[in-house]
Amino acid sequence: MALQSPLEPKIRTFELNVYYGYKHALQDVTVDIYPNRVTAFIGPSGCGKSTFLRALNRMNELIPNARTSGRVEIDGINIYDPGIDVVQVRRRVGMVFQQSVPFPKSIYENVAFGLRLNGKLPKAELDELVEKSLRQAALWDEVKDRLHHSALELSGGQQQRLCIARAIAVNPEILLMDEPCSALDPISTAKIEELIEELKQNYTIVLVTHNIQQAARISDYTGFFYLGRLVEYNRTRELFTNPQKRETEDYITGRFG
Amino acid sequence: MEALIRLFAFSALAAIGLILLFIARETLGIVSAHDISRAATGTTALEVYGAEDDVAAEVYNPEVELPQRPSESVAEHLTPSANPSLVQNLLGTTWQPVSSQPKYGLLPLIVGSLKATLIALLFAVPIGILAAIYAAFFAPAWLRETIKPIVELLAGFPSVVIGFFCLMVVASATQNLLGTTFRLNALVAGIGLAIASLPIVFTITEDSFTNLPRQLWEAGLALGAQPWQVVAKILVPAATPGLFAAALLAFGRVFGETMIVLMASGNAPLLSWSPVEPVRTMAATIGAEMGEVVWGSLHYSILFLIGFLLFVVTFTLNIIAEFWIRQRLLRRFRGLTT
Amino acid sequence: MTTQYGFQKERSWQILVGVAFVSITLLMALCVVGLSVGMLGHFALEGLPHVTWQFLTETPRNNNTEGGIFPAIYGTVLLVILMALLGVPIGAVTAIYLAEYAREDSSFTRWVRFGVNTLAGVPSIVFGLFGLGFFVQFIGKGIDSLFGLELTWGKPALIWAAATLAVLTLPVVIVAVEETLRSIPRELREAALALGATRWQTIRRIVLPHAFTGILTGSILAVSRGAGEVAPIMFVGAAYSLPELPKGLTSQFMELGYHLFVLSTQSPDVEATRPLQYATTVVLLLTTFALNLSAILLRLKMRRRRLITR
Repeated sequence: MALQSPLEPKIRTFELNVYYGYKHALQDVTVDIYPNRVTAFIGPSGCGKSTFLRALNRMNELIPNARTSGRVEIDGINIYDPGIDVVQVRRRVGMVFQQSVPFPKSIYENVAFGLRLNGKLPKAELDELVEKSLRQAALWDEVKDRLHHSALELSGGQQQRLCIARAIAVNPEILLMDEPCSALDPISTAKIEELIEELKQNYTIVLVTHNIQQAARISDYTGFFYLGRLVEYNRTRELFTNPQKRETEDYITGRFG
Repeated sequence: MEALIRLFAFSALAAIGLILLFIARETLGIVSAHDISRAATGTTALEVYGAEDDVAAEVYNPEVELPQRPSESVAEHLTPSANPSLVQNLLGTTWQPVSSQPKYGLLPLIVGSLKATLIALLFAVPIGILAAIYAAFFAPAWLRETIKPIVELLAGFPSVVIGFFCLMVVASATQNLLGTTFRLNALVAGIGLAIASLPIVFTITEDSFTNLPRQLWEAGLALGAQPWQVVAKILVPAATPGLFAAALLAFGRVFGETMIVLMASGNAPLLSWSPVEPVRTMAATIGAEMGEVVWGSLHYSILFLIGFLLFVVTFTLNIIAEFWIRQRLLRRFRGLTT
Repeated sequence: MTTQYGFQKERSWQILVGVAFVSITLLMALCVVGLSVGMLGHFALEGLPHVTWQFLTETPRNNNTEGGIFPAIYGTVLLVILMALLGVPIGAVTAIYLAEYAREDSSFTRWVRFGVNTLAGVPSIVFGLFGLGFFVQFIGKGIDSLFGLELTWGKPALIWAAATLAVLTLPVVIVAVEETLRSIPRELREAALALGATRWQTIRRIVLPHAFTGILTGSILAVSRGAGEVAPIMFVGAAYSLPELPKGLTSQFMELGYHLFVLSTQSPDVEATRPLQYATTVVLLLTTFALNLSAILLRLKMRRRRLITR
């Protein structure tokens, strides 16, 4: 669904379909996602919003029997074209998961992991990039004295911010977030939301959440998924104040979900 | 009823206790072996194990010229040897229990055990781990489900059969390949031990790989890592405690293995680190000599002492594997597994 | 933050390293598989042609260089049956305790588990020493002196070998039975308890009937393991060559694995008895693998039944 916008879309999908075996998990999704904005997708569980998110960096391919058709263009290039290197796609499209997954390594090593993948970097440069990423993720002050402690010592909220730092360290353009706060307490959630506001200056952020209030609070655009279809997509304020579809209204007013 | 069941449940622990107790009891004979062997003289003829003792006393592997093994006579066992320098004797470098001047140096046996074990682990640990990496991370599902039962099949081979395989196939193959002087040697035995411990390494490693949280794999790929980078830099390091447990348990299995070594090692108690010379391990020594020894003699007690040492070593390894590594494993994954 | 670069493959060295890495692991996996299949094939090729009816039914002749292995088969069967009779009840009851009564956090349970795991790791030759020191020297001689017998029980014998193997296979039984008991749905037990049945009644009427396959699986696995063990019985009862069959619990006996060891290393003419050695190996392997296979099939059947009850 194209909207009136002065911005050139960062991501455009055309008739994106995903099947898991015989299950048609995502049906004909066509949508534009704009740069330096937070775009949230909401909907009841099993509605296809996570599937959609995972289609944007081809993580769906890890699920056995998953099949994708249609196009996902990032800056005009279809990432499902045969000549495309999926590893390159994932470097430019970072992802943060519902459950924080720090690697069982030190805090420093976690952030440096992606930076080391392309070969050796000088120590000073690496240090600098790690610090920059941790600062961006608003975690630096809390961990600067224990960079070489295990990442598993951190609290849940800190672990999630570490995962964000790790994802932005490789300097992606797009950041996909799959219910990043669903496992966190309200204080940690507030911190992450604040962080998302900060990050949108540099990144295109796509957020999947089951928390309607969260979408209303922090997103600029919101899409509503229901039964594998993108029912409605609009500026967040429009969608919440003046939903065009019956299902959308029912969902955001809490009549089901 | 419950009390009775509780009593039975104690069986495994009781078995451990009894093993420890009765092996120690027979070992303690060292102190008074002299007296016991005298006292035993009356019934010696009956005490010597089996009617076929004359055959069992022959050199174990006819294919290898052993250092002098004079034909034994019961009288020689009974020569007073519990001299004050018994400890010195045990620490000596010669194992020659059947001679007019018996030498009970355990050093060649300990070195022999370590050597054979080391060779075995050198093969089994890398091969087992790499094979498990393939099965756990790269193999398509149908292939993984084919590999696993085949490895279980390998685990089902009795060790005497593996020993026989080494005797027949591995010995000839290594001799043809390397031109070794001795057909049976530490390398052949080590390969046999590796075959016996491969399933352990593979199974435990594969298990600890598949128990890793799936999200680690996805998180790595989402950062733009190649699959092999995720495996080599995240998943395998995350499973290190499991790898250690595998190596430790394999060590325990190999260190105490008897039949393979008895059949394939050449059994000469030489004090050497060369992998292509015959070797005699602690376990094989018990297996080879317990059948022909006079019960209650010093030699008998010392064989029990060797058994006691074997027990202590494997027991310690098990404790380490059981507690230390499992604890570490738990701590590592805390907060990761749902 | 628009970008000029695309998504083309550019890090060819990484892909190369990756291909090499996967290839090496694949090679090692093939190595393990090849070893397993190769050993099996080798023994089948060399041994199967020599497994004849005569070989299976005759006694060894001429110092083990001719004849068959009937006494060894007979002795092995007798040995493992006795072993199962001695060991399975104890193992099954231990498993019942662990699955039904034990509280996971009690220190007694932890000790029992520790005992089972440790027992599984004790080298088999140490069990041999234990059999000699405990069963033969202590129990056997004890019986003799108690009844004033002239060395009847206090020497290597079938019963002591079976008892030694029973201790060795105890962990196998315990683990197999416990696994089955744990697979019984909790609701079944709770329903019985809620009807006012005592714990023991519940176990006897509800749990044990379901556990039957598990006990069978455990017994089969133990028998398969016991049939292959040689080191523990070498000096508690296995005989080099006995033309006659064991007459009682205190007789010595021939055993397949020990017979293979004797044939391949102790025979006066090792070369001449090669066919006998391979044929013995085949019989031993067929026995253990057939037992293992039936245990696997039983377990599969059990799992399937569990799915249906759900």
